[in-house]
Amino acid sequence: MASRPPALDPAVLAAISVGGGLGATARFGVAQWWPVRPGEFPWSTLAVNVVGCFAIGVLMVTVTELWAAPKLVRPFLGIGVLGGFTTFSTFALELRRLIDAGAAATAVAYLGLSMLAGLGAVVVAMGATRWVAGRTT
Amino acid sequence: MTTALVLAGGMLGAPARYLVDRSVSARFPTGLPWGTLAVNIVGSALLGGLIGASAGSTLLAFAGTGCCGALTTFSTFGYETIRLVTEGAYVYAVGNVVISVAASLAAVYAAASLTQWLCA
Repeated sequence: MASRPPALDPAVLAAISVGGGLGATARFGVAQWWPVRPGEFPWSTLAVNVVGCFAIGVLMVTVTELWAAPKLVRPFLGIGVLGGFTTFSTFALELRRLIDAGAAATAVAYLGLSMLAGLGAVVVAMGATRWVAGRTT
Repeated sequence: MTTALVLAGGMLGAPARYLVDRSVSARFPTGLPWGTLAVNIVGSALLGGLIGASAGSTLLAFAGTGCCGALTTFSTFGYETIRLVTEGAYVYAVGNVVISVAASLAAVYAAASLTQWLCA
């Protein structure tokens, strides 16, 4: 059943904003250091998204199962930093560019690898975090 | 300077994602992660629109890399998809992937074509 969301917390919004800025800047830094050239496989975007997926797997297991974290941790790191770090718009644009450049096979590979590696990273991260937690308690 | 633009854009895009997700998820709490879907499609459209309009590097850094990059997310998309799988909602999980990709790609194309035509 649809409902109204709870009242907005300005601290949460601020944490998300700062985290988002940091995440976006980090993504930009990676793209500067490892540019995506026209027609080429967008390795840096793939890396950023896969790393972000791994990190969110670790984060979510940690804050939901292992640690009663302070209330701003998840908004700052999860919604903010990782949400700002990873990108779907750049991914979609790069697919379009590859297709328009006639590199359809590269586009398909990019799509497939992004999904397999990204989703795989979430699964591996969640499992690994639980495993490490099990061994250290 | 460019870094500052990206930072500023990111500081806008991320809370925007949060606010949209909150509203959309509250209205449509079941089935697909509609909030994330919404921001990913809108963000892709915005980026496509900027590219189609041949936006300059300054605007692109702020609105594209910064704002659209932070407005959209791959990590939340990935996590929510896996959550659907672990909850046994396999059709929704596949649907989330297919619809996210198809709709975002369509949004990029449509918006770029539109602004290209408008700016021609």
